[in-house]
Amino acid sequence: MKPTAPVLEVVDRPGCQPLRAGWLLLVLVATPLAGAQSDEPVHFASEIRPILSDQCFECHGPDRAARQAGLRFDLPEGLFAPAESDHVPITPGQPELSELLQRVISDDPDLRMPPPETGAPLKPDQVDRLRRWIQQGANWQQHWSWQPPVRPQLPDVADADWPLGAMDCFVLARLDREQHDPAPVAVQETLLRRVTFDLTGLPPALDELDTFLEDRSPNAYEKQLDRLLASPRLGEHMAWTWLDAARYADTNGYQGDLTRTMWPWRQWVIEAFNANLPFDRFTTEQLAGDLLENPTIDQQIASGFHRNVPLNGEGGRIPEESRVEYVVDRVETTATVWMGLTSSCARCHDHKYDSLSQEEYYRLFAYFNQIDETGSVDSGRMAHPILKVPVRDKVHELRLVERRLADRKATFAAASTDRQPPDRQAWEDQLLDDGQTPPVWSPWQYLGPIQADSVGHGHNKRYGPEETGDASRVYGDTVWQTQDWPDDSIITMPLPPSCVGYAYRQVHVTNPATVELTLGADNGIRLWLNGAPLLNQLTQAGADTEQEKVTLELEPGTHHLLMKITNRTGSGGFYFQSTHGGLPPDIAPILKTAGDQRTPVEQQRLTELYRKSLPEFRDQAQQIRRLEGRRLRLENEAYVKTMVMRRRAEPRETYLLVRGRYDQPDKSEKLLPQVPSALSALPQGAPADRRGLARWLVTADHPLTARVAVNRYWQSLFGIGLVATSEDFGSQGAPPSHPDLLDWLATEYIHLEWDRKALLRKIVTSQTYRQSSRATAEAFRRDPQNRLLGRGPRFRLSAQMLRDQALAFSGLLAERIGGPSVKPYQPVGIWSEFSFGKIRYTPDGGQDLYRRTLYTFWRRSTGPTNVFDNSDRQVCSVRPRRTNTPLQALVLLNDPTYVEAARLLARRILNMADQTSERHLATAFRIATSRWPSQDEQNVLEGCLERARKHFQDQPVAAELLLDVGQARRNPHVDNVELAAYTSVMNVLLNMDETITRE
Amino acid sequence: MDVQSTFQQSMTRRELLGRSSLGLGTAALAALLGQDSAAASSGRTGGVLGGTHFAPRAKRVIYMLHNGAPSQVDLFDHKPQLKKMSGQPLPDSVRMGQRLTTMTSEQKELALLPGIAPFRQHGQCGMWLSDFLPHTASIADDLCLIKSTHTEAINHAPALTFFLTGAEQPGRPSFGAWLSYGLGSVNDELPTFCVMTSISRDSSCGQIFYDWYWGSGFLPSRHQGVKFRGNGDPVLYISDPPGMSRKFRRGLLDDLGRLNQLRQEAVGDPEIATRIGQYEMAYKMQTSVPELADVNTEPQHILDLYGPDVTRRGSFAYNCLLARRLAEKNVRFIQLMHAGWDQHNNLGTGLKAQCRDTDQPAAALVKDLKQRGLLEDTLIIWGAEFGRTVYCQGNIDDVVARGRDHHPRNFCTWMAGGGIRPGMVYGETDDFSYNTTENPFHVHDWQATVLHLLGVDHERLTFRFQGRDYRLTDIYGKVVHDILA
Repeated sequence: MKPTAPVLEVVDRPGCQPLRAGWLLLVLVATPLAGAQSDEPVHFASEIRPILSDQCFECHGPDRAARQAGLRFDLPEGLFAPAESDHVPITPGQPELSELLQRVISDDPDLRMPPPETGAPLKPDQVDRLRRWIQQGANWQQHWSWQPPVRPQLPDVADADWPLGAMDCFVLARLDREQHDPAPVAVQETLLRRVTFDLTGLPPALDELDTFLEDRSPNAYEKQLDRLLASPRLGEHMAWTWLDAARYADTNGYQGDLTRTMWPWRQWVIEAFNANLPFDRFTTEQLAGDLLENPTIDQQIASGFHRNVPLNGEGGRIPEESRVEYVVDRVETTATVWMGLTSSCARCHDHKYDSLSQEEYYRLFAYFNQIDETGSVDSGRMAHPILKVPVRDKVHELRLVERRLADRKATFAAASTDRQPPDRQAWEDQLLDDGQTPPVWSPWQYLGPIQADSVGHGHNKRYGPEETGDASRVYGDTVWQTQDWPDDSIITMPLPPSCVGYAYRQVHVTNPATVELTLGADNGIRLWLNGAPLLNQLTQAGADTEQEKVTLELEPGTHHLLMKITNRTGSGGFYFQSTHGGLPPDIAPILKTAGDQRTPVEQQRLTELYRKSLPEFRDQAQQIRRLEGRRLRLENEAYVKTMVMRRRAEPRETYLLVRGRYDQPDKSEKLLPQVPSALSALPQGAPADRRGLARWLVTADHPLTARVAVNRYWQSLFGIGLVATSEDFGSQGAPPSHPDLLDWLATEYIHLEWDRKALLRKIVTSQTYRQSSRATAEAFRRDPQNRLLGRGPRFRLSAQMLRDQALAFSGLLAERIGGPSVKPYQPVGIWSEFSFGKIRYTPDGGQDLYRRTLYTFWRRSTGPTNVFDNSDRQVCSVRPRRTNTPLQALVLLNDPTYVEAARLLARRILNMADQTSERHLATAFRIATSRWPSQDEQNVLEGCLERARKHFQDQPVAAELLLDVGQARRNPHVDNVELAAYTSVMNVLLNMDETITRE
Repeated sequence: MDVQSTFQQSMTRRELLGRSSLGLGTAALAALLGQDSAAASSGRTGGVLGGTHFAPRAKRVIYMLHNGAPSQVDLFDHKPQLKKMSGQPLPDSVRMGQRLTTMTSEQKELALLPGIAPFRQHGQCGMWLSDFLPHTASIADDLCLIKSTHTEAINHAPALTFFLTGAEQPGRPSFGAWLSYGLGSVNDELPTFCVMTSISRDSSCGQIFYDWYWGSGFLPSRHQGVKFRGNGDPVLYISDPPGMSRKFRRGLLDDLGRLNQLRQEAVGDPEIATRIGQYEMAYKMQTSVPELADVNTEPQHILDLYGPDVTRRGSFAYNCLLARRLAEKNVRFIQLMHAGWDQHNNLGTGLKAQCRDTDQPAAALVKDLKQRGLLEDTLIIWGAEFGRTVYCQGNIDDVVARGRDHHPRNFCTWMAGGGIRPGMVYGETDDFSYNTTENPFHVHDWQATVLHLLGVDHERLTFRFQGRDYRLTDIYGKVVHDILA
């Protein structure tokens, strides 16, 4: 928004005056609001410095190259010492001897500053403030955020009963000054809903709400906080904004936008929040985890923070150009996330407003210039350094399977040796007779086609049937269909390009048999026998005879053969032929040999076979086969490769890049890593690498890190930071609305040893946080953004919270934490349209449709379609976006995610026994808002339900159609009309302003 | 405002909600919502500039961005002298050390390949155009052809990003977003910034259309372009769920409005009024967008004008016709991107296919707007992110496989309508179409000039982010008055 009204009303009489609507946050702030009187002290930091910065620094500031007439007004020596012209810019106490002021008010266009061609003259109130500041002695201070925070004294407040702690004193003192009363405490329902959203990103469940409302103990609220701060949902919620800051995505971006595996880093972040890893360690492990002494795998994964940069694998690009961009991105992201420092200007020239020279920029650059990377993408999808990391739950499962397998095998071996049943001879005779019985094959069944993102992806992705290795699993709406495909011919399947199909058949043998299969496939083929993988090939060629040979060793009984074909182009197909079967080749001669003539080895072989023919052994053998199949699968899944940081063996030299260009290093001076001189010094003994940088960032006297961090927590809880420009604490950024409160919080954070949960608890237990967000129109007009903190914050939930909330209401939300990204519903064709059909989106099935939005696959070129108002994850982003558009309304009204959630919520309501429709509606309303509806609201809902019933009674087909949205199973015993009517009302409830707002 | 007038305002709102079976008219809403909320709706709204800086020559822009780098040597930049030099190496005196992409920097020889199609003069103005562009040739007298366009980027995504946002790296607002922010919307049922993408019918290769090409960067996200899609819903989530009729939805929205109104009375937050407005706008879009996307209501002679592809949704021809329909509805910035121009190889067949798909519809758009009197205040731009090298990529003797590499130093743009001087050629290049010799036209100059035509001073449309006043033209750009009518 742009200021349309004058920045400040100059008021002649003392006392509090209404602020103008359209007032800007830039000035709301530490400025004394009322009475800009001539004897009122002028505050340099908030009133004078912004004028100098905005109007003068561009030509008379830190940027050496742009500096005019040798004048530099960002430093006291430049302001108060005589200039080259012998004029003194500022003479304290003497406005008429202050050349700066004289130039600013000059009528002569040759003298007037800023020069008429570059800017408008200063406004009268700005001139007035400058003059008074000089008259008052021209007190000068360093820019506020570049001085370390000092624990401020608590201010006096009029009502000593209101504050619950130090934070509230700062807020109330400010409200006192403005003659503004704080709002009363929010009602219990609102408070629990607010804090549950703020800490976990989800609404409170009804039983949690009831527990809280029934709890009469004085620490009822604190008990809820204990529960919420310990909830694993907290880490998931906190991770979201950190992912925005870290520009996390599941693809590389740029040309091709290939998939990467960075979810182990995401999981690390979630777990770090849940384990309450202190912010200093959180910082060190992400910036330099790989450089720590004997780094754990987790610490190395953490260092992936700066591997989240987009990677350019475009043909024709110059790798070094890309590499420099990656380093630049790391410098700028680090500066923004930890220091609220805008650094990008200093890539090409000295910063125009803040003390950051171009050379200092490249000294920061030097910290990140030692990564073992080339700017190219490896032949696979990612760029080294890469680390193979265990997938914890899979490894755990693998160990279990291995143990169980060993047990089974031991049991099997032990049991088999001491048993020699009496009917052995009969069995041998039968075996010899049956030896010629061929195996019996069932007809093929086919499941497909399933659209894959790509051939490789389709070939590797598990769509369901491989979980069981038979035809008990379907995929989405696709079902198994019997086919009359003949053997020994090349079969063309209904399998379009980039699609996957499953073929299944059974084979029954009456005796142990060896069957040889000859196969061909277009293009990928996988084969499982009784769930155990037998074959895995991906070829370029079309289907042909005799491409693959597989031998099946079959015990008597029925076996399950599953084949998966993945097709690249044209129509997919395969070839299948089996040999006649018969006894394993070594068995027949043994059988024909008399018992006492057999060697011990032959005897043992036959015994083994016999054992397997007995039911009790057959089961055991089958179990062993199953376990072996699972082990093989898990061995593949238990490790993934992810990108991490690693230092280059041979140090790379860093130079200043002229105009920021990768191919224009200024080789006159080699630059070593160093931190900007205007900030605190490096701690003693800090190594000259990323470890040192991290240690420096979290030293207690660093002026920025703690302020920037607490400001972001504040922003997430109040919708806007104490410093509104949470990405810019520099000279051009917004000054803090409550400077003392910010400094108190910053020093408190350090005092708490960077304990995040403790800090969050502090803030949410404050009286300030607990205020009601209701206010009069006048209050909203006076302070639309609530910068005075005279009421509770009220703002719309972010898109991912909205989706998670809908899933929670419906009972669909899958609670599993971590793991690879998933693909929930997305309209058809989004990926293929932007990529010319090369990349396709295949939604997952089952639980993966209902994971928290945090786990939704994030493609950089086109993010999830229903996550609106979010960072696009191209570059670091730390400030929330919050707009209000018709496109958002369309998502919430029509996205199948929300329509399905409405249906499931309706079902949940209707399942509550012995209730009237009034009660159903009221309960649904309470689920959505945490409170009971008013009579007016109840009336609207009932009218709505009535009309909806009528609509669907008249059009039962419409009910059928509406209820068919989404994959969640339908209950055949529910009355369609009733369910559809409720679903419609739930759709309204899910769109209610109150439902989508955290009040 | 006192309590009494708040109450009265609420009453008015409630009455309206209760009374109107079709919901609130947008005009009524705008009056009601007034300046209540910081988040303006994307309905008919003022921009931050509160009007243009000076009288505009164009009220709207249709920007056809041909993605992949069409070959200026073969289409627009006639170099008859090259004929004699076919196969000879590009002289070093011409190349002057210009960096090459890694696709040809390793190539042994940079053999000159003259334009592959004959050129002829067209129109009163005698503009030289290749035979690949017969339809464009028929509107030569309406065009201003700029032969000296140049850029700094050498790869597609950065170069497209540069044209659209003024910077090579993603993160800044796109052109249409700047206009939405600066000038607001003059439309109350459609977004003011619409985007369509297409590829050649039989092309399988090309550059990805990234969301940031129509993103809002650091501007509020309501300014981002709305994508009109080539399949499925024309705008995402525009269709009601199956089984929900328009009338039934209307009733549900009225109930939703009543509930929201009750909440507004209870908590006082003016944002709720804005929300009610946005839901009404959404409802209107649900009607207006599908109507607009259905081109079958056009008479046959108009369909014929755009060519045989026009009824195929997602084709360039369809998008051109849709662009005209959006222009008629006063959508301010219409961005059409067409990919498939990256002829590193198969120049002959590839370029021909691209022209077959785009030449007629692009010319039709100019003619169609002209016959409706809309060309006067609609600026049409035919652009690319860069051009192609005069030297051949691959073996010059392999007539089928040979192609051309990227060339950012000079390439062609044409503009028509809205304040552009028709029938002129601006800028000149050397005999090799390798260097600009006259009137260089930089990306930032183009941006400044287009903004100028819209009545905006490019130096005064700014947004403060990270302490700096950003603008579309960064710190560069000058208006090129020579091409203005």
